[in-house]
Amino acid sequence: MPTPWRSILTLHLGILAALGLLQFVLPPFHLAMITRVLLFTTYAVGYNLLLGYGGLMSLGHAMFFAAGLYGAGLPVYYLGAGPGLAFLSGLMASLLLAALVGALSLRTTGVAFSIVTMMFGQVCYLVTISLNRITLGDQGLVLAGRLAPVRVGNWILPLNAPSVRYNLALLLLATVLLVTLWLVRSPFGRVLVALREHEERTRLLGYDPFPYRWLAMLVSGGISGAAGAAYALLFSYVGSAFAAVLYSILPLLWVLLGGAGTTLGPLIGVAFMTYAVEFASRVTSAYLVVVGLTLVLVAIGLPRGIAGGLRGRWWWLP
Amino acid sequence: MTFVSQLVLALLEGTVSGFILALMSLGLSLVFGVMRIVNVAHGEFFMLGAVLAWWITTATGSFLAAVIVAPLAVMGMAIAIERVVLRPIRYSPGATIVATLGLLYLLQQMTLMLYGPEARAVTPPLGGTIELPWFGYARYKLVLAAVAAVLLLATWGLVRATTLGLRMRATQQDPEIAQAFGVPIHRVYRAAFALGAGLAAMAGVLVVPVQQAHYLMGLDGLLLSFMVVILGGLGSIGGTVIASFLVGWIDGIASIFFTPTVARIAASLVVALVLVVRGGGLFGES
Repeated sequence: MPTPWRSILTLHLGILAALGLLQFVLPPFHLAMITRVLLFTTYAVGYNLLLGYGGLMSLGHAMFFAAGLYGAGLPVYYLGAGPGLAFLSGLMASLLLAALVGALSLRTTGVAFSIVTMMFGQVCYLVTISLNRITLGDQGLVLAGRLAPVRVGNWILPLNAPSVRYNLALLLLATVLLVTLWLVRSPFGRVLVALREHEERTRLLGYDPFPYRWLAMLVSGGISGAAGAAYALLFSYVGSAFAAVLYSILPLLWVLLGGAGTTLGPLIGVAFMTYAVEFASRVTSAYLVVVGLTLVLVAIGLPRGIAGGLRGRWWWLP
Repeated sequence: MTFVSQLVLALLEGTVSGFILALMSLGLSLVFGVMRIVNVAHGEFFMLGAVLAWWITTATGSFLAAVIVAPLAVMGMAIAIERVVLRPIRYSPGATIVATLGLLYLLQQMTLMLYGPEARAVTPPLGGTIELPWFGYARYKLVLAAVAAVLLLATWGLVRATTLGLRMRATQQDPEIAQAFGVPIHRVYRAAFALGAGLAAMAGVLVVPVQQAHYLMGLDGLLLSFMVVILGGLGSIGGTVIASFLVGWIDGIASIFFTPTVARIAASLVVALVLVVRGGGLFGES
């Protein structure tokens, strides 16, 4: 028995409203932390569309986040582009990359898909390193001071103001959340889930898997890129660390920890991990040990819960 | 340096790194073939071998002790990991990737805590160079290649000519039927996983005198051995060895003309496209 549409919508709008109210009680440090959480949740929602609903485990999603990041950051840094234009440019960059990578990598499924996306992700990371003269590689570019405020009518919203950041991040998450909610309940989403559950049977019903998965990849990459573009603009920083393997692994961890195929899940996963990493980094320089430990525990402790989505037949090798 | 001598040097260096790569990739290929899992933490066994080798050599003053003890220690750790992590998740391919990704970060970060962020080298157990017509070449690197060749042959013999090898091949073909015929497949899995880890660790030990031990060296090794295994075909020892030399030579020659990063970009693209064109058949879908 599927949950009625109206109660799902109520739940999501309730969560978004609660997040909206949260900003009035949070101290400044946590306001910035939760802003980050909101952006990463947007990224996780994009990743979840492919993993949770499409059953495809990408290990290279950082390339889409980074495409958005650089697509938005470079025009600001070098051409003095305004925030709106920069955001669109970041979105376009990630959509183009997703269209290309999707067209190639979706000729494979299962473990091969994971390895191919990992390789493409590595290529993109190395490109950001080797274009050192433009991107400054690991050191990155700081956009502060080059970024014009957002203008809405008579309002002028400086992007470095904490509350402006928070509300723009929330606005992005809300948009993305509602679009994906609508998408996975649309006929397109149902075919995508059917393909995840039983590819053979869905094919027999006359559905060609490729266009559905490609579109899922496009939307997933686009959302990840939007998160990246927003990150560049709101935190005024663009660097190749965001293209590295770690940022491909994190969305996987967030989504699996929270629960694939749920909306609240990624939010909880991101919030938990962001704070865990933050606290661990005060204690030790080897703070990524938290990431490793959680991944192992998630794999051992929640094998069926997570695997529900993953355990379709294409996760088995013959 | 003339172009010819540059080329000869690149080919020699490529051959030596091809041997190292072959040891490591053979381990990865063996684990995939027998257990049908992709061990993303394989590079960390390589790194642990190198770090332990530095530690043992520094503590005892004997590199030979490191050659013997470090791989055994890593094999012991692999057996524990197989029991505590892989068996509970029943070697499910998706969950294994997640779990071994976790192990990758666990092992890497623990090494950072205990060993530190420095890169450290060991003086080669035998110094000196062999004079070639173009340049002198480090004698240790030739010994390294010989030792690796012996180990590759030994592994091949193990898989081809022993009961354990027979059981491994039977499990690789069909685990259920193998089990029905009395093959203790859990013990075979444990042996394959330990052997794969041991080979990676041995590669790490052998490399310390020519390349420094560093806690982040595993990822590069992992990506390179993915390339080898994908190009060479899984489960094929000959294919793995040939692909290792190809990757070694291409890497060596490409780095004459390009920066290492550009060479790596090209190599990663080629490997991704090979997988795409072969439709993932290599990883067993078809």
